[in-house]
Amino acid sequence: MTTDASAIRDRAAIAGIGATEFSKDSGRSELSLAVECIASALDDCGLRPADIDGMCAYSMENNPDVSIMRSLGGRELKWFSRVHYGGGAACGVVLQACAAITAGIAEVVVVYRAMNERSFQRFGAGVQNQPRLPTTESSHFSWYAPFGLLTPASWVAMCAQRYLHEFGATTEAFGHIAVADRKHAATNPAAWFYGRPITMDDHQSSRWIVEPLRLLDCCQESDGGVALVITSTERARDLKKKPAVIRAAAQGIAPGTEMMTPYYRESITDLPEMALCARQLYATAGLGPRDLDVGIVYDHFTPFVLSQLEEFGLCKRGEAGDFVAGGNIELGGGFPINTHGGQLGEAYIHGMNGIAEGVRLIRGTSANQPARAEHVLVTAGTGVPTSALILGQP
Amino acid sequence: MTESYLEELKKLVGVAGSEAVAHYPSSEAMIHHWCDAIGDANPIYTDVGAARRFGFDGVVAPPTMLQAWTMPGLKPGEPKPGGAMVEIFEKAGFTGVVATNCEQEYPRYIGAGERISSSQSLESVSDLKTTGLGEGHFVTQVWTYRSGDEVVGTMRFRMLFFRPRASEPRAPSKARRPRPAMTRDSEFFWQGVEQGKLLIQKCADCGELRHPPGPMCPQCQSLEWDAVEAAGGGTIYSFVRHHHPHIPPFEVGHPIVLVELDEGVRIVADLIGASNNIAIGQRVQVEFTKVDDDLTLPQFRILKA
Repeated sequence: MTTDASAIRDRAAIAGIGATEFSKDSGRSELSLAVECIASALDDCGLRPADIDGMCAYSMENNPDVSIMRSLGGRELKWFSRVHYGGGAACGVVLQACAAITAGIAEVVVVYRAMNERSFQRFGAGVQNQPRLPTTESSHFSWYAPFGLLTPASWVAMCAQRYLHEFGATTEAFGHIAVADRKHAATNPAAWFYGRPITMDDHQSSRWIVEPLRLLDCCQESDGGVALVITSTERARDLKKKPAVIRAAAQGIAPGTEMMTPYYRESITDLPEMALCARQLYATAGLGPRDLDVGIVYDHFTPFVLSQLEEFGLCKRGEAGDFVAGGNIELGGGFPINTHGGQLGEAYIHGMNGIAEGVRLIRGTSANQPARAEHVLVTAGTGVPTSALILGQP
Repeated sequence: MTESYLEELKKLVGVAGSEAVAHYPSSEAMIHHWCDAIGDANPIYTDVGAARRFGFDGVVAPPTMLQAWTMPGLKPGEPKPGGAMVEIFEKAGFTGVVATNCEQEYPRYIGAGERISSSQSLESVSDLKTTGLGEGHFVTQVWTYRSGDEVVGTMRFRMLFFRPRASEPRAPSKARRPRPAMTRDSEFFWQGVEQGKLLIQKCADCGELRHPPGPMCPQCQSLEWDAVEAAGGGTIYSFVRHHHPHIPPFEVGHPIVLVELDEGVRIVADLIGASNNIAIGQRVQVEFTKVDDDLTLPQFRILKA
């Protein structure tokens, strides 16, 4: 039996999006952020808490479904699940929703991410104080932690250094991504770095975080919440706002995929799990790289943006450094990315804010709306098991 | 055994020590200055009318001024109270001193125009104690303040005289490296490290080498495995230098390498003796370092070309 991912093509759509403000200290509980953004997403499409019958979240989410249902005034949840691997879950939760809706198990599925990541639990602080347990995940980090390789930036930097070496690139290739993100954030009033663009000089003179990554290669740490309401495309067409149809959604774990440290496969400069997503997306949607107009390319750290552009066939392997130069990825360029400012510029909400931007692009309501947004690519966290989406017009 | 310095000190206990007489009588002016500086707005200290309403003849001094009246001031060379005691402590190596607590008693208010005198004596010396600062003795001195012959206040002042820890620079941090967490699949590796061996898991059936280790051979699905000792030579496949956030005990700029061992598997460890010229492709050799009392780690050193 062969799988047929095309079964989900165009069957579900993102009908509503909602978000809290993005900050460094929300001043309220993570549960409050969750129910606020979910209520906002429901309001966006004209549905009510009682309409929700499915929910999917990241396994890193601290808010249990039951607490959200109780606080929100939800009624009956018939389908709920969680997706592991940090920001790699971003588009995965959407795929789970598509699957549930396509299978007829649930009709209105909420996916969300809400966290006080900056004021409570900084991912960038490192894993040195995590409890040592005789578990697979705990022992996994023991191949790195005793030696001082403790932070997400350090795990990604190991691959980034090799990328520079193999393709003769310089860190300016990373800088082009940071400059584009911050340029877009500067004109997005919802972005933390609204009104604060940077130059390549700013990038090159920013301090080292983990060589070869500088401060301006790293995403923000943020407090905030973003939620999506997903329902059948048919029902979504009758709701309040223009929906973004999910042309295709995919998850991927490939040979050698690890949690942040994929150091043991033949190459450490490509992303086979993202390549797997790309293959599935293109097959499901019946589209190719030339059909994509805009990309929301997951940017926890700039270097893996290069590898993603390569894995999606937007440029050849090792040539992303040239692809991102000369304004090509900025608004008005050949393939604008991260029109909301990305996670460097808008906020780090584990990629969920990028999916919301994908919906705005389809609706034509982005703060940085490109001339054409027929098909929008959205990707999830890299260096981990990951996921991706192609959103399209209804 | 009682040390001789301690015997000398104990002889001082209860003996009348230094005496001091205030240079000037207490005055409205000094009281007012004090209240302004401290920010004490109680009117009985500065307003005669208010003081009288509360039954005083005139303004009174805040009780906490007690010590101020007979303080010697900042004139160098004057003998300090308890000078003999301090000298004994210093000779015995107790050169560190910290005040620990102060108790005062006020039998009555001091008014303006009183000439205050004080007498100091050593009340007690503790046995040798071990403290966070070093070993030392707690001493309590007592001051008695008089106006004429009338006692108007007492103060017990406690200090710790300690021997500062040997001149070892105070460690910037007691942080230790994260300890490895182990499962039954990985403990052989760490046991090998303790014995100075870099062990690589090897499938007992197909011979495939694998790192990090796991319970099953991904090539042939065998659960049988043993380990071979790597020669420890390899090549830098990639590297980073960690700067921020600073995570003690690691130094800022700490170099970490991904090494491709000559046996074919890759492993992460830190680099020792690193210069600024780390490069992919450099040859490295493993060494085993006891990084603290109970952790040994494999580390790599760049070999001279």
